Amino acid sequence: MLKYIIRRLLGFVPTLFVIATVVFFLIRLAPGGPFDAERNVSDEVLRNLEAYYRLDAPLHEQYFRYLWDVLHGDLGPSFEKPSRTVSEWIAYRFPVSLELGLYGLAVALVLGLCAGITASLRPNTLTDHVPMTFAMAGICIPNFVLGPLLVLALSIHLGWLPVSGWEYPEDKILPAITLGVPYAAYIARLSRGGMLEVLSQDFIRTARAKGLSEARVVLRHALRGGIQPVVAFLGPATAGLITGSFVVENIFQIPGLGSEFVGAALHRDYTMILGTVLFFAALILLFNLLVDLAQAWLDPRVRYE
Amino acid sequence: MSRPRSDWQRVAALVVCVAAAVAFGGCGARETRAGKASVEGVLLVGNGAEPQELDPHLVSGVPEHRVLSALFEGLVDLDPATLEPIPGTAERWTVSPDGLVYTFYLRDGAQWSNGDPVTAQDFLYAWERILTPTLASEYASMLHCVANARAFNTGEIKDFSQVGVKALDDSTIEVRLEQPTPYFLSLHVHYTWYPVPRKVIEALGGMTARNTKWTQPEHMVSNGAFKLAQWEPDKVIRVEKNPHYWNAAAVRLQGIAFYPIEDAMTEDRTFRTGGLHLTENVPLPKIEMYQKEQFPFLHIDPYLGTYYYRINTTEPPFDDARVRRAFALSLDRDTLVAQVVNAGRQPAAHYVPPDTGGYTSNARMPYDVEQARRLLAEAGYPGGQGFPKVELLYNTSDDHKRIAEAVQQMWNQALGVEVQLLNQDWKVYLNSMNTLNYDIARSGWIGDYSDPYNFLECFLSGNGNNRTGYASDQYDRLVRKGASIMYKTGRLATYQQAEDILLADAPIIPVYFYTRPYLLSPDVKNWQPNHLGYISWKTLYVEPPPEQAR
Repeated sequence: MLKYIIRRLLGFVPTLFVIATVVFFLIRLAPGGPFDAERNVSDEVLRNLEAYYRLDAPLHEQYFRYLWDVLHGDLGPSFEKPSRTVSEWIAYRFPVSLELGLYGLAVALVLGLCAGITASLRPNTLTDHVPMTFAMAGICIPNFVLGPLLVLALSIHLGWLPVSGWEYPEDKILPAITLGVPYAAYIARLSRGGMLEVLSQDFIRTARAKGLSEARVVLRHALRGGIQPVVAFLGPATAGLITGSFVVENIFQIPGLGSEFVGAALHRDYTMILGTVLFFAALILLFNLLVDLAQAWLDPRVRYE
Repeated sequence: MSRPRSDWQRVAALVVCVAAAVAFGGCGARETRAGKASVEGVLLVGNGAEPQELDPHLVSGVPEHRVLSALFEGLVDLDPATLEPIPGTAERWTVSPDGLVYTFYLRDGAQWSNGDPVTAQDFLYAWERILTPTLASEYASMLHCVANARAFNTGEIKDFSQVGVKALDDSTIEVRLEQPTPYFLSLHVHYTWYPVPRKVIEALGGMTARNTKWTQPEHMVSNGAFKLAQWEPDKVIRVEKNPHYWNAAAVRLQGIAFYPIEDAMTEDRTFRTGGLHLTENVPLPKIEMYQKEQFPFLHIDPYLGTYYYRINTTEPPFDDARVRRAFALSLDRDTLVAQVVNAGRQPAAHYVPPDTGGYTSNARMPYDVEQARRLLAEAGYPGGQGFPKVELLYNTSDDHKRIAEAVQQMWNQALGVEVQLLNQDWKVYLNSMNTLNYDIARSGWIGDYSDPYNFLECFLSGNGNNRTGYASDQYDRLVRKGASIMYKTGRLATYQQAEDILLADAPIIPVYFYTRPYLLSPDVKNWQPNHLGYISWKTLYVEPPPEQAR
């Protein structure tokens, strides 16, 4: 097992290397540079800026230098926001995205599982159609519509919750709901499908025949098998949730990593783009590894492959 | 066939009820954050984009300026109502008869927020720092009016003592200018002229290091009415009253919280739910709604800025001034502003905004389709025949797009020419302008100080902000001459001649003059709007409505 993990971790290195290389050269192809500004920057200042950030060296030299620095754990300074280095910016913003993502995940799981299980118990009745209609709506409504709608209803008309910010505990409720609902909708549909399949199986009939209460049948016997599809979905979903959402962060003014990533691309902040891409890539690789390990743990057949 | 209601259903119902109660309980009708802050004497401000930095020498934007003007103070301050210079850190100054030498006398008791005295050397250190080429300050050109400052900034001379600034003693500074600069005193409210804390910067990386920690709250020392208490990027910047400020007794605000809310809709919602006293902006569709409703918190002030189209004068067909004029004359600004732009903005029939440093142009770019058609025919394109397809470039924004679409139609109807719209992302758009890779491009200019020179210098030949390829010896001569005339009437008359030439040659087509729309809570007192958008934080205060004041 340990050998397997080490082998996989070593496999990360070439992948990250390829990503760094492709991104490094791609962003240089985009027109416009980090120091283009509405007010013209004089040629002398531009030369000095490029010298300061070593952008005056030949491109291949910059590339090797960058790789060398990355190997030493240095993602470089931010051109756009010089008060912190790229590593410091990631360290500042990732915990926010992580926190928001975990709240979103909690919302998704609670709402999604409740709705999915409820629906599966009486298929094709009102208790099925109502939650599944909501789930369909949740999948269809993008969160840049859902967020402002929730704000309109809960904040502006009812005055219950704050509109934006990330300072006080109550600030975090609406963003978590906005982020979690589309995922909840998926989870609802997945868990309904999984539960329906399990509930039609013989061992459930046996359990009912033994005279177990319905709650015990559903929660003890059916649920374990019924949520398998949800577990498989959780790997990529969690990675998506905790790497930050540009849309949700923008609507609610949250200092997460998602908006930083988009902002860096728009500002041609080369080091910041590279740093966040490498960070995301490493995170996704890590999550894939964790999912594979979880699957191996759940299913012995995978272990021997 | 229905089964009896089972246990798990009851459990689920209970869970939902408890969750709802936890989420919404206790959140009923309560005091708003702004209301609470009014009682505490703290002002909550929406501040647009997150500042890039709080180092006055490394920033170039308006959001930065708002925070820095609370933290620092230059030698001279401006009266927010009249924009006349008033004493700042210098209690008085003298000007030599030729307008070239200014002597500033620092006031006793001017202190940094750590209690150290503010000295003449602090100012000289700051000016040397911003002008040092290796720091590569993007806005250092604001100091180029000082003798030899440009030469030092571009590396032509290495010795800072040759630059025209001198400390006569610890509290006296002499500044020698390159040529008379009538607006020199008003430059000092700009952050490029602020002093910076020498000891802190030297201790944390030195004069020319860009990525240092001196602007972090634990290190930052400032000399203004407020000091930095908290800076959490994209969350909040809090400043609190600086007890060492020389005029601290007159400062009534206990602190200011700047919220970087980039999305105007979010900011608007935050204000309406009592999260802010003052917004940075108002979304365009909301402005019309508020105007109809007569929303009492909406303010629209004139703003020192012009929205215009620039024309690339280096390529045919626009290398012909007649073609450029034809395009300028066939733009119906009044209709455009009334139907598309609105928001209290004014149609711009000339370039320099009204009342810039006392100057209001009497030049007019009329709406005259007949003359426009005649000019286009003279240039060889009667009725638009044979006119090549041209592109109108704008950067991504709904506003720019709506305006461009209307203008496209106007030109097509008036001149029979086909104009295609081209949308580019911000940096690509800047690159296209800098490399003159466009036909017509949307553009704008916001004044740094209230003098026509700030607008007119952009179109001097070879100026970095020209970006049209326009070059006119006569224009250059008049603008430079105007800038050095100390008496106002002569100066303004010369500027007028220059602007007449600019409008006749039409490298740009003025569209409208900006306004500054914002929402302001009635709790904010002593608010003095001006067209520079300069906010004098130290004279403001907040007061809750009487029934809440108990």
